[in-house]
Amino acid sequence: MSGQTTVKPIATRQAFGEALAAVGVEHNEVVVLDADLSKSTKSELFAKKCPDRFIQMGIAEQNMLGVAAGLALSGKVPFACSFACFIAGRFETIKISVAYAGARVRVVGTHAGVGIGEDGYSQMGLEDVGLMRTLPEMVVLQPCDDVETAAMVRWLVTDCTQPAYLRLTRQNLRRLHADGWTWTPGKLDVLREGTDVAIIASGGPVMNAMDAAEALAKEGKSVAVANLSSIKPLDRAGIEALAKKVKVIVTVEDHNVIGGIGSAVAEVVAETGGARVHRHGVLDVFGESGTPESLYEKHRLDAKGIAEVVREQLAR
Amino acid sequence: MSATSRPETVAMLTKMTREMRATILSMITQAGSGHPGGSLSAIDFIAALFFTRLKHDPKNPSWADRDRFILSKGHAVPALYVTLAKRGYFDESQLMTLRQLGSPLQGHPVNRFMVACEAPTGSLGQGLSVAQGIALAAKLDKKSYSTFCLMGDGEIQEGQVWEAAMSASKFALDNLVAIVDWNGGQIDGSITEVMPSLEPVVAKFQAFGWDVKEIDGHNFDAILDAIAWADERGGKPKCIVARTVKGKGVSFVEHPTKYHGAALTKDELAKAHAELKEAK
Repeated sequence: MSGQTTVKPIATRQAFGEALAAVGVEHNEVVVLDADLSKSTKSELFAKKCPDRFIQMGIAEQNMLGVAAGLALSGKVPFACSFACFIAGRFETIKISVAYAGARVRVVGTHAGVGIGEDGYSQMGLEDVGLMRTLPEMVVLQPCDDVETAAMVRWLVTDCTQPAYLRLTRQNLRRLHADGWTWTPGKLDVLREGTDVAIIASGGPVMNAMDAAEALAKEGKSVAVANLSSIKPLDRAGIEALAKKVKVIVTVEDHNVIGGIGSAVAEVVAETGGARVHRHGVLDVFGESGTPESLYEKHRLDAKGIAEVVREQLAR
Repeated sequence: MSATSRPETVAMLTKMTREMRATILSMITQAGSGHPGGSLSAIDFIAALFFTRLKHDPKNPSWADRDRFILSKGHAVPALYVTLAKRGYFDESQLMTLRQLGSPLQGHPVNRFMVACEAPTGSLGQGLSVAQGIALAAKLDKKSYSTFCLMGDGEIQEGQVWEAAMSASKFALDNLVAIVDWNGGQIDGSITEVMPSLEPVVAKFQAFGWDVKEIDGHNFDAILDAIAWADERGGKPKCIVARTVKGKGVSFVEHPTKYHGAALTKDELAKAHAELKEAK
């Protein structure tokens, strides 16, 4: 049954590290840079397998990004890893040395959103999606489980020719995709069909959106859930089709509602017409310390909170 | 170049850069905007590098084993464009399209418009990191090419430069050469006014693990010696601090701030051309 597997939940950063180590062994052009967070970003898993191609840059993210660009311009496929918040802070280096250069850098931001918990706002990436998707040619990806993460990492090594940003979670996520499922870049991933309301979610809260849909189904509501993992390129046709099918779209993300996937969906639907869009996520407020669970409860990003938001929107 | 003696090379560069200075000023006046001061301070080093040292192929600018040159102080790009044109990368008639819509001669270097620019620069402080990545790739692939990166003195006030200075010596990038075009001026004033503690710059690079050489950046003998010195590998990245004069070559343009970002008027340009002609 969709959304339910017996596999142990793992964080997408962990899935990333494992996938990178596996793909990296096969591809000599892969090099990995980290800014003293390899134990947290899980790039250390690659470092253990391929120590000669792991580059420790120290706590100097903008230099790391520029060096990654130079490596990419010389034929390497560099992954430059840090927390999403520290990556976003070096936006101008990404804008010029990576994106404008057309350098095939894979910028990796882990510890996305309030889901990191106790470390508090200064460590939370809550603006990164908004920033990255303003850059022409930049690919922006956010997987919702380990299967999708592995597919994206492989694609970033073997197929994608553009600069890219990959956004990953600290917290563990339940697997939502069956073995053998194939990820298609640029396509909305519809996890569940429904006709009353569509939840379009990304990253950490996707599994909670699935649980919310299950609870709402028991109340007789027909709820579609789509995983928006390919934020750029964006599946305009897929979003338009959903918007023509349901009355309300609720977007759900662990990111500021300004600039994130809610904005991306609203931008499309404003042009195509169809459903009303309600953007749900971190409501333009700063994050704070707390357990990941308590923060998801506070921001109504857990299943209960998402279900409440959907009920409110259906009742409007 | 082996067939040419040092005095002949110096004479050739002296004559050529005088013509290039005239062209640079014409380009900027034609465009109506640009940066004469920093272009004229950097042209001697850039020309010497491209005409005596770089292994590259103007017909195949993305040749994988080429030596790389990154003009990190991208506002001096007229000096790079005139050099690339003279070196055969494109027709000199294109030079006067600088800064015009549709021209590959963007206001600051952009590799997607012109491969030989290697990277987009002009957002100051970024070039040395990119150059370092290119040098690191050479080490990983056991290739012998060198990477040169020319920065401004004002530019190295950017923190990213010192992050790059720190890591270049960690990786023992003796195939990386940084040049600081120390012309002593920036937009809001002289370096001494804006950020006097930038000195001692030689000691700063040395402290970060670089071999450093300080030269008169308008003396071709000194420039050629420094380029040869930088080719000695030996485990450390190299930095050449070229002491230069902003606006060098035209008396009234030689000023720390006045012609940083101002095109010469048509009358001033005629005066400058006359002066450069007489300098023979």
